[in-house]
Amino acid sequence: MEKMAVKSLAHDFSKGLWQENPVSRQLLGMCSTLAITNAVINGVAMGLAVSFVLVFSSLLISLLRKLIPSQVRIASYIVVIASFVTMADRFLAASFPSISKSLGPYVPLIVVNCIILGRAEAFASKNTVARSLIDAFGMSLGYILALLILSAIREVLGSGTILGYKVLGTWFEPWVIMILPPGAFITLGILIALANKIEQRIKLGR
Amino acid sequence: MGLATLFISAILINNFVYHYFLGICPFLGISKKIDASLSMGIAVTFVMALTAVVTWPINYWILIPYKLDYLQIVSFILVIASLVQLVEMFIRKTSPPLYQAMGIYLPLICVNCCIMGLALLAALKNYNFAETVVFGVSAGLGFTLAIVLMAAIREQLDLADVPEPLKGAGISLIVTGIIALAFFGFSGMIK
Repeated sequence: MEKMAVKSLAHDFSKGLWQENPVSRQLLGMCSTLAITNAVINGVAMGLAVSFVLVFSSLLISLLRKLIPSQVRIASYIVVIASFVTMADRFLAASFPSISKSLGPYVPLIVVNCIILGRAEAFASKNTVARSLIDAFGMSLGYILALLILSAIREVLGSGTILGYKVLGTWFEPWVIMILPPGAFITLGILIALANKIEQRIKLGR
Repeated sequence: MGLATLFISAILINNFVYHYFLGICPFLGISKKIDASLSMGIAVTFVMALTAVVTWPINYWILIPYKLDYLQIVSFILVIASLVQLVEMFIRKTSPPLYQAMGIYLPLICVNCCIMGLALLAALKNYNFAETVVFGVSAGLGFTLAIVLMAAIREQLDLADVPEPLKGAGISLIVTGIIALAFFGFSGMIK
């Protein structure tokens, strides 16, 4: 019994990393994923902001799940999410003004990020606080990982740097296209195809 | 910036899909058939125009004079959600054929980042009322153009021999990237 519980908690956590990764498998939260991954620092900031909102709104929604009438649940979730997004937005603007400026409208746009409403509706509204929290942590980590990979590829190829440090020598001519919108679409398309290929291999190996 | 310039630039240069990455979820989800994506595009344009008309007074007559602009996110999203609900009820009562055509897409628009993005971008750029409305309509038309273009390509893609792992989202994103690249050609039009 005990073992079962631990196993299912571990599954709640790990499914966000690969099986149900929000970016590569569920294709949620595309707008922010594509828009802010032109530099690793933006990817990290966005990943943390989304994680903050996801974890706290999952916590609050699973706490309130018995109090919220099902007819108005979506509206209530949106208000909860919007409040946490406002906090994240104000915090970034006050503490890291330059990052907040380069993220622009995409921090407030977390409010319509389908990952958060999706988890609220699909998981936090039906499960205990502990499980919802673990689920939110797993999903956040999966999201941050996806953002890190995408932004690292784009920053290295597009500016020859990582976190602003030069990693490729002067011989390297930056591919400016990678930090522009088309680079985002093409890189993510290739990454998703890669994830599908790996998934296929895993399935065949079984 | 003149209104005409704003109109052209929001459709071709600062296209919501190709430049701001807004509305990617419906863009990838619904763009399988041309007629369905056209209905979606029209529904989005309509709601965007309404959103522009409604959020501007809220922002400039209520939130900013009373120094409540930190409530922007909460109030915009609530206004948009209730607006979509109202529009849906109104259309269902007054024009059943129109409801048939765009009804199922209306609730989806609620969580479409296009609409929220429009309200936020217009506030961020300090557009006046006329500019906000023109921006709303033209951004909606730009979205329609993008989603219909994509649907036309995807209808052809069904016949193409795409490698297995690239099928679905992979190839759609790469095609979008190439169209976005083509749209860069327009950026010289306006300085």
